[in-house]
Amino acid sequence: MSLAGNSLLSVVTFLPATVALFMCFLNSEAKQNARWIALWTTLFTFALSLLIWINFDPANPGFQFVEERAWLGPLKYKMGVDGISMLFVVLTAFLMPLCILASWESIEDRVKEYMIAFLILETLMIGVFCALDIVLFYVFFEAGLIPMFLIIGVWGGKRRVYASFKFFLYTLLGSVLMLLAILAMYWHTGTTDIPTLLTANFPEGMQWWLWLAFFASFAVKMPMWPVHTWLPDAHVEAPTAGSVILAGILLKMGGYGFLRFSLPMFPLASEQFAPFVFLLSIVAIIYTSLVALAQEDVKKLIAYSSVAHMGFVTMGIFTFSQQGIDGAIFQMLSHGIVSAALFLCVGVVYDRMHTREISAYGGLVSRMPIYAFCFMIFTMANVGLPGTSGFVGEFLTLLAAFKANTWVALFATTGVILSAAYALFLYRRMIFGVLEKPKLKAIADMTPREIVVMAPLVILTILFGFYPAPILDVTAQSVNRLVASHVAATKKARADAAPRVVIVPPALRETTAQPAR
Amino acid sequence: MIYQAIVFSPLLGALIAGFFGRVIGPRPSELVTSAFMVLAAVLSWVAFWQVGIGHATDKITLMRWVTSGDLDVSWAIRVDTLTAVMLVVVNSVSALVHIYSIGYMHEDPHRPRFFAYLSLFTFAMLMLVTADNFLQLFFGWEGVGLASYLLIGFWYQKPEANAAAMKAFIVNRVGDFGFALGIFGIFVVFEGTIGFDAVFAAAPSKATATMNFLGYEVHALTALCLLLFLGAMGKSAQFLLHTWLPDAMEGPTPVSALIHAATMVTAGVFMVARLSPLFELAPTALQVVTLVGVVTAFFAATVGLVQNDIKRVIAYSTCSQLGYMFAALGLGAYSAGIFHLFTHAFFKALLFLGAGSVIHAMHHEQDMRHMGGLRSKIPITWAMMLIGTLSLTGVGIPHLAGFAGFHSKDIIIEAAYAGHTTSNYAFWVLVFAAFMTSFYSWRLMFMTFYGRTRADHHTYEHAHESPYVMLVPLFVLAAGAIFAGFLFKGLFVGDGYKLFWGKALFEGPNNHIMHALHEIPGWVGWMPFVAMAAGFALSYVYYIHAPWLPEATARMFRPLYLFLLNKWYFDELYDFLFVRPARALGNFLWRKGDGAVIDGTIDGTASRVLATANSVGRLQTGFIYHYAFAMLIGLAALITWFMFSTGGIR
Repeated sequence: MSLAGNSLLSVVTFLPATVALFMCFLNSEAKQNARWIALWTTLFTFALSLLIWINFDPANPGFQFVEERAWLGPLKYKMGVDGISMLFVVLTAFLMPLCILASWESIEDRVKEYMIAFLILETLMIGVFCALDIVLFYVFFEAGLIPMFLIIGVWGGKRRVYASFKFFLYTLLGSVLMLLAILAMYWHTGTTDIPTLLTANFPEGMQWWLWLAFFASFAVKMPMWPVHTWLPDAHVEAPTAGSVILAGILLKMGGYGFLRFSLPMFPLASEQFAPFVFLLSIVAIIYTSLVALAQEDVKKLIAYSSVAHMGFVTMGIFTFSQQGIDGAIFQMLSHGIVSAALFLCVGVVYDRMHTREISAYGGLVSRMPIYAFCFMIFTMANVGLPGTSGFVGEFLTLLAAFKANTWVALFATTGVILSAAYALFLYRRMIFGVLEKPKLKAIADMTPREIVVMAPLVILTILFGFYPAPILDVTAQSVNRLVASHVAATKKARADAAPRVVIVPPALRETTAQPAR
Repeated sequence: MIYQAIVFSPLLGALIAGFFGRVIGPRPSELVTSAFMVLAAVLSWVAFWQVGIGHATDKITLMRWVTSGDLDVSWAIRVDTLTAVMLVVVNSVSALVHIYSIGYMHEDPHRPRFFAYLSLFTFAMLMLVTADNFLQLFFGWEGVGLASYLLIGFWYQKPEANAAAMKAFIVNRVGDFGFALGIFGIFVVFEGTIGFDAVFAAAPSKATATMNFLGYEVHALTALCLLLFLGAMGKSAQFLLHTWLPDAMEGPTPVSALIHAATMVTAGVFMVARLSPLFELAPTALQVVTLVGVVTAFFAATVGLVQNDIKRVIAYSTCSQLGYMFAALGLGAYSAGIFHLFTHAFFKALLFLGAGSVIHAMHHEQDMRHMGGLRSKIPITWAMMLIGTLSLTGVGIPHLAGFAGFHSKDIIIEAAYAGHTTSNYAFWVLVFAAFMTSFYSWRLMFMTFYGRTRADHHTYEHAHESPYVMLVPLFVLAAGAIFAGFLFKGLFVGDGYKLFWGKALFEGPNNHIMHALHEIPGWVGWMPFVAMAAGFALSYVYYIHAPWLPEATARMFRPLYLFLLNKWYFDELYDFLFVRPARALGNFLWRKGDGAVIDGTIDGTASRVLATANSVGRLQTGFIYHYAFAMLIGLAALITWFMFSTGGIR
């Protein structure tokens, strides 16, 4: 525990970046070396991240593995994880080696730079989930844009410049507002320490503005409707591994942000804005599912389905209930596995055919049975079939939504019909049918390297579908505390304000289902 | 251990055939899966004996599943009489279908995959019938849906098969939409539990409870039962959600026998029976169940009258018979509904496998217009189909004995009379449906086996009887189709039925239907007999005595004929109402919503940036680096500013 106890989080966070720094001095021609170094680094980081999981105490709802050092002026370097953030660290570290492997043959240009970008990206993403100082969080959160921007812009497809700018503009506009909010919070409380800010009790009027500012940033990251249109373009142009990280990790930062900041720090504003978030979530689920139905490009279809799935996450979070938030976190982790896997699946055929047009495929099952099997598992997880990880999160969030408001649950549940429609339609067009396109006649099934990438994802998808306890046990206590503090805060405000104003006005939230008489 | 063995041996078989089928080869895959299924089937009869006769109910908790706050759900095996009956039905038919498929599929190159799917389906079905909570029920529910999807689309080169598979899954999802909402509602109304025992125990205390649903204050149990019933309607192909079942016939015939006749489609019936403690407290919901059942029984029978595909006739017949079962459930005669489920499994699987034998003999011809005169060519198959038809049409001597279907169907029709629905509509419609059942069943027999053949010379000459690996399962099912009613009537619906069912089926204090049907007038018992005989007679006239009559009738009543032939135009209607609008809306939202409105706004900003970019656009990658570098500097500047501007405060 000597190393593990004190600075494990820092080691996990900065190990990839440190290696990346050394890699700068590597000869650009040594492509193979760059690949192996990146692979071993990410694998080792993953092993270390498992140490975090093993030593994590699920019974403790607070922050663990906390490190604190002096940093710049009033700012501290403070790291720590709780049940909400810990598994995202593991997820990030888990997906990274798969990304490196997936890029093994498909990236031939500037391999060294590519690997460096990914390693730095890993550091920044893990940092986001570990940071316990809000400025430190902001730095990680924003800096993560840069390598992603580069990955899309340099190694992307034909319209990469447009896509990367769209990605950049969208996310930056949101973050500027968040920065202003962070400054305001600092001026109000005199601290940037997240655990302290969690108990800050901002005045109600201020919460309102702070909530909106943070929302602007997180909603774009999620992405929520209507600020989602950067995502399909970014996915389409990004190289496979870029899409994996985008869908697997970057999208989760929005949901994580809601859970870490919006909900606990601005409970009254969250309560007021919940109907608004529900509305956007429902629209996201139905609207983007319908749009997914119309897609001709595989990656776009999966990207739109991601937006729909994130709709369940935001809906679950803003039910302020144990099931809703447990479900939202589970949904994010599951989506991190499943959507990552789906993009890897696209990468497999893209590497062979160099097209993302759905109509260019058809009948793949007769030449690629292993591929068809993997794709089927992930399609079913995407559809939310019980027995896959995709079901648990969807079920819990919908359950919580029903408790909060039956209209919300009714509309959101239509998502289970629509997701079946677009996912099976995609599968039918690509995998089933007669293989008659001449170009496909010689297509080969997955290579051992690709199987190695896919196998862990298949296993986890099914494992967590049948036995989600490893995840739910980790999140339970922290979520419980989050819910309890939210309830306490809103109750207190209601009591304080009882003679004056009604805090929870919109009729939408009043229609909570009442059990028995 | 016996119950674990029953549930998990099909899974084991599926995994072996699925993952190692290519290694071990097709024949070992077939044998392994079939052997596991036979084991499960034999053990199921042992279980039936233990539970049904010995009343040894059991509950085994396997593993934790979803735990979150007050929600705590485990994987479990619940065994009571209802489960035991289902175990027997599912595993017996599945084992026979496995064996039959060894013969039927012997030319198919993908046999290991086929057998893996069959066994996987059986596993999911077993999880469904052994569920101890709503969530596991839902797991099995969707699991059989997946297996059904895979098996309907088994011949993936056929576009129709793929379309039918998708349709089955999506239409079922519409039902599951209601099912899921029902589960959420149960969780809310029953304060955080979705375990069967806890919910059933608390149900009486919620008899008058209300819940807020969509802004209305409604009777909680009625609303919940109706939502859950929507799931049953989807899975059991009831009126409005039936459209997937006929199309599902695109799958291999053994699949139709197992999934779309004997087991999966009866899951809805099982569900309502399982939830009888809830439905008994929701009389309105029960009335809806009866109404839907009766309408389905009628509607499907009318469509069955004019279909030409041998499998589709049987499919509509299945749909119709499921309607009978729901009608019984809705009247409170749960044991009668399950009894019909039990006998129906035998004779309908027999008919399907018999039809498969015909198709096999005719080299995959399914259109009855190209059959005829096959009795002399395939006499054993003919005999088996005859037994199935006699059983389905309910041949027997009233108040005495008859084929299996006679016992179970007549008791439902009698219950419909005793149930005193509004103007006895259920009774009269079901009698009329029995008449139509008899007509289309005999029509199938006559068109296939009698008269001069309409097959081309070559096919007819080469028509051959199936091998014994296919015929023996038919013999076993035929024995069931003859004796299952007579032998089990006493247990299922006889005087001691309450003892047999134990707590598995619940009847409220005001439910006397099973008693009342013994006190109906004598003529009521004769009505199904009359209907059956009339149907046979009319069919004989139409297809043997005066074979020109069908065409003349069709010409005379052409609109009606087309209406029935096109299945009341449901497919066209749904295509018009749902499928096209969804596609069009998706396209519209994409191009106009995302494209014109949202991106239009964003691109206004972006294009200005890009315009600048294009003027520098020669070094594209270098230019990206510039921007990244600018971002980095900007970020550094922000931090520096932050540091210095606020540094003095502390």
